[in-house]
Amino acid sequence: MSDTAQSTDKDERIKEISKFRQALIRPELGGICGTIIVFVLFGIFAGNSGMFNAQGILNWSTVSAQFMIIAVGACLLMIAGEFDLSVGSMIGFAGMMTAIFGVTLGWPMWIAILITFAICMVIGAINGIIVIRTGLPSFIVTLAFLFILRGFTIFIPQQLQNRTIIGGISEAAEGDWLAPVFGGKIFGWFFNMLGDAGIIAVFERGTRAGEPVVNGLPMLIVWAIILVIAGHFLLTKTQFGNWIFASGGDAEAARNSGVPVNRVKITMFVTTAFCATIFAMCQVFEFGSAAADRGLLKEFEAIIAVVIGGALLTGGYGSVLGAALGALIFGVVQQGLFFAGVESSLFRVFLGVILLLAVILNTYIRRMITGER
Amino acid sequence: MKKTLLGTVVAAAVAAAGFSAPAFADGHAGGERYVLVSHAPDSDSWWNTIRNALSLAGEQMGVEVEYRNPPTGDIADMARIIEQAAASGPDGIITTIADFDVLSGPIQAAVDSGIDVIIMNSGTPDQARELGALMYVGQPEYDAGFAAGQRAAGDGVTSFLCVNHVISNPIVAERCSGFADGLGVELGDSMIDAGQDPAEIQNRVLAYLNANPDTDAILTLGPTSADPTILALEQNGMAGDIYFGTFDLGENIVQGIRDGVIQWGIDQQPFLQAYLPVVVLTNYHRYGVLPGNNINSGPGFITADALEMVEQFAGEFR
Repeated sequence: MSDTAQSTDKDERIKEISKFRQALIRPELGGICGTIIVFVLFGIFAGNSGMFNAQGILNWSTVSAQFMIIAVGACLLMIAGEFDLSVGSMIGFAGMMTAIFGVTLGWPMWIAILITFAICMVIGAINGIIVIRTGLPSFIVTLAFLFILRGFTIFIPQQLQNRTIIGGISEAAEGDWLAPVFGGKIFGWFFNMLGDAGIIAVFERGTRAGEPVVNGLPMLIVWAIILVIAGHFLLTKTQFGNWIFASGGDAEAARNSGVPVNRVKITMFVTTAFCATIFAMCQVFEFGSAAADRGLLKEFEAIIAVVIGGALLTGGYGSVLGAALGALIFGVVQQGLFFAGVESSLFRVFLGVILLLAVILNTYIRRMITGER
Repeated sequence: MKKTLLGTVVAAAVAAAGFSAPAFADGHAGGERYVLVSHAPDSDSWWNTIRNALSLAGEQMGVEVEYRNPPTGDIADMARIIEQAAASGPDGIITTIADFDVLSGPIQAAVDSGIDVIIMNSGTPDQARELGALMYVGQPEYDAGFAAGQRAAGDGVTSFLCVNHVISNPIVAERCSGFADGLGVELGDSMIDAGQDPAEIQNRVLAYLNANPDTDAILTLGPTSADPTILALEQNGMAGDIYFGTFDLGENIVQGIRDGVIQWGIDQQPFLQAYLPVVVLTNYHRYGVLPGNNINSGPGFITADALEMVEQFAGEFR
């Protein structure tokens, strides 16, 4: 036997896969194809409608960035094998809490923001602990929190202020050091330069005449990019990322091989709550008010973005980059249909069709990768 | 279906004529584009009248009109739609100020980028002026509620239930506070958050009336809350007995007025809110003429006496 052994760097247990195929079969593939298709289609049908001028690009990037922020959390959680349906209510709740602490109670805005983050992340952890301790499906537990949080979001301001919209946040946040991190804009000088150079349009009249129509990169988009990069790094380059896949794939097997499944899952619930709170903060400080109906249905939009991006609803498979592309597709389609002048009552039909196509495409790609049938 | 198809053909023919040669005698090619952005969720049937009036105005004036709304009624989403509408470079935008904090930025930006804006329905003339809009077309909500309250007080009402299906819209809620002030009573707990689902609204009204059987009057804020309330009253036998007034009209409300279940309906005439801005904008852009003031489209009280025309067009143009 020993004399037949040849020194070889090939392991016969590993099937050979061509470089091309290796590059092709990634969870993001569906998302990449979808993004290309969507941009080509809208380039043809809405190319000269203002969709690709500075204002138009900012418009669909902002909407996509919103989806991305919640999709990153939802994606990591879904790969870890759980759902969070309380994301939308959490957005409304977080915004309302900040408004109550900062405006109604008059606390400094940075304290209001930090306390809101703390409360929301604790609620995220409670979600996770209930799911782990009771063994109930996260679908049901977080559905309960969908109602509980929405209820408080309506009840608390009505008790304190007799209304469900609290304004005056912009005034209260004036001069605060933390608020601009969410509601501010950066690189204003760059856009001013573009405006002066005539590359982007400027306001024609009013108090802002001469200023560019896009006067900075909203922090919302910056946060989306940061979260996507951080999420991708966490998932693909760290041990914790492997634990996330393992917990979602087969929790029992993962436990037996020493993965702290409970800790991973609870951490992911906290991450989802964190992302929802970031979404809420960006919205509250951009618009200057918090309302009880903010964030309605956002949990499903997050899940849709994640699924378009190629993640498996049953967990253990997916990619943050894919989810980000899913969010981009979702945002571009949603705003692009308006630009293309599609009758607005047909909007949902298109959305449903695109969701279906994306999921079918992703399923075929996944079968190619995993060889399942 | 046939009617809309015909409309499309006519619109296409007009558009084609506009492209091939200046078809209008005065040399204006027509084909201006106006976008109406509402705050109503898809589920709010009342806005159908707005859509019909909008397309009628578009047809009659020979201009292109579009209707846009946030599917769930989320005002933050509406802000994005206004930004989007502005980016698409229309000649004018017709929109509401459902929440001044959220919408003032996008509307102001649209005005500043050279788009003419008319505020309709929600908002106040002051807010419209502050944002640089051309005018406000609508019904001042508090005043309408106050007038209704005075009318009810004259009929001997001293307590009431306000069924609010759009609790998130503070301007609509002013109808309730105006009504309370017109009656001369405190609003207190009289206003309930009914939600949008008809079965839930019906049962919340039933529950409230069970708990407060001595309530004199009911005020509903539109067909979304009025229709289930009619059913609730039929169910608990209070129909025709309790004093019932409502904002806005719809088929069931008209039927309710005829049956004597509803004493009066306040018509803010949404038709005018969508139709007039298109006419005003078109004439402003073609001939430079502009009315000098805001336009009040309501309130008008509709009672059992003047139902015929209302009935014929209820839900379509009324």
